[in-house]
Amino acid sequence: MADLRDLYQELILEHSKAPRNYRQLAGADHKAEGFNPLCGDHFTVYLKMDGDSIQDIAFQGSGCAISKASASMMTQSIKGKTKEQAKELFEHFHRTVTGTANGDGSDLGKLTVFAGVSEFPTRVKCATLAWHTLQAALEGSQESVSTE
Amino acid sequence: MTRVLSMASGSAQAALQETPSGFDVHRVRADFPILQRKVRGRDLVYLDNAATSQKPAAVIEAISRYYERDNSNIHRGVHYLAERATAEFEAARKTIQSFLNAARPEEIIFVRSATEAINLVAQTYGRAHLAAGDEVLITAMEHHSDIVPWQLLCEEKQARLRVAPINDAGELILEEFERLLSPRTKIVAVAHISNALGTINPLATMVRMAHDKGIPVLVDGAQAAPRLPVDVQELDCDFYAFSGHKAYGPTGIGVLYGKLALLEKMPPYQGGGDMISSVTFEKTTFNKVPHKFEAGTPDMAGAVGLRAALEYLNGLGLPNIVAHEHELLTYATDAISRIPGIRVIGTAREKAGVLSFVLDGVHPHDMGTILDQEGIAIRTGHHCAQPVMERFAVDATARASFGLYNTKEEIDALVRGIQKVKEVFA
Ligand SMILES: Cc1ncc(COP(=O)(O)O)c(C=O)c1O
Repeated sequence: MADLRDLYQELILEHSKAPRNYRQLAGADHKAEGFNPLCGDHFTVYLKMDGDSIQDIAFQGSGCAISKASASMMTQSIKGKTKEQAKELFEHFHRTVTGTANGDGSDLGKLTVFAGVSEFPTRVKCATLAWHTLQAALEGSQESVSTE
Repeated sequence: MTRVLSMASGSAQAALQETPSGFDVHRVRADFPILQRKVRGRDLVYLDNAATSQKPAAVIEAISRYYERDNSNIHRGVHYLAERATAEFEAARKTIQSFLNAARPEEIIFVRSATEAINLVAQTYGRAHLAAGDEVLITAMEHHSDIVPWQLLCEEKQARLRVAPINDAGELILEEFERLLSPRTKIVAVAHISNALGTINPLATMVRMAHDKGIPVLVDGAQAAPRLPVDVQELDCDFYAFSGHKAYGPTGIGVLYGKLALLEKMPPYQGGGDMISSVTFEKTTFNKVPHKFEAGTPDMAGAVGLRAALEYLNGLGLPNIVAHEHELLTYATDAISRIPGIRVIGTAREKAGVLSFVLDGVHPHDMGTILDQEGIAIRTGHHCAQPVMERFAVDATARASFGLYNTKEEIDALVRGIQKVKEVFA
């Protein structure tokens, strides 16, 4: 049976209560909004790019503990990365939360706390909302994204 | 505020669930096979009845029996089974007629769901009667199913969708509703019971106000059909829509009631078999009401199953169900409101067994997942009523909605579950 403690890890709860980089980013040059129409979660992700690399990142919005913590920890792990690295990290993260990672070795760092999400299929969308939004922001698309 | 009867809590009180009329919830539970199953290793506590209800064995068996003994296409063959299937289908229509106390069986149209019933009226009556500058009046507590079909219609006709506001308790502001009934209003569409707030609307008054100005009223009865005795003649509404699956019947079947005089003048909805009386490539003559609105092979087994469901409800007695659910609502409102940090959304004086709430510092979605681990099924989200969420300045709520088989012990389990949620997020 899935264990709640696998999902609501201390680190996740902590980030959901005190999200990092939670602000509007002055001088952002990329921005995207993401919605999960099923539960009403919505986030805005702001980026400041330096050429191909993410110089600064911030987010705002509201959502459940999983989506908020995921957004918070994403901003921490993505700062300073290139577009390509960010994309790879998302792919790895996605495999981890959907339980299809097969332990491929590459290091997710602290983001591995989200591995428990794979036992709660209805919550995968919560964990990936901020990431989808990040991708939209990187691609510069003006449209809002939705996880439905 | 919802009136809360003072009530001793505790299991001795909770065990005393037999009402004077003999409604015994534990006997009723035995009629529902799914309630015997375990979920995540625990007894299922199903509190998501506003989304869909569970089905009694009588419904499941009626559907099997139909397929095992009577299945054939209706209104077409001359053979024995075609006759049997047609008779079963039309008998279902009559059961629904008497369930709603409609004047005639032709006033009952089989559709897929409440959603389709509302779309049917918007696309036939609505398209025939609306012109640029006209208005459709709904309320601020409608389900998306009673918003979007009218929005589509208004867009097409360059008409205007007006919305009667609600107060902080989630009650319709009647004076505002009356004020918004204008010479341009061509139809009013309103929920009998709000699925997000539980509010029971003062329909009889609203219908009278609209009729005083010659405006017809459609009632979205998706939540009310299984929760209140409905008498369409007494309400005097012009259309009444509901879904079988929320009324302990099968999915895929729903009902539109319409006054015969209106139905006869309405253009057809979809084209196809059964809705015609003759077809040439030059001209088609449409069949009579209700067949005019029932194109193609309908959900025959669904109609049979819905009949079984309504007969089951009649057997228990709607007044007993109302009393039982009211007791559950009162008990649950009292118990939930005592939990520190809880805010109940929707505190109308007239309320049905739907309890929406939020918990400080915990998103409803997280609450739903944690309760699910305890085998407790509630709904979390915006309940297809985003304007209601906006009105109460929340993104989402948790919603426990009660059915005729729920017990006070299950509400106690919900309360313990919420305590657990608080522990996780402490
Ligand atoms: C008030 C109300 N109206 C309409 C509907 C739509 O019902 P269905 O999806 O069965 O068509 C619902 C279902 O949630 C409802 O609660």
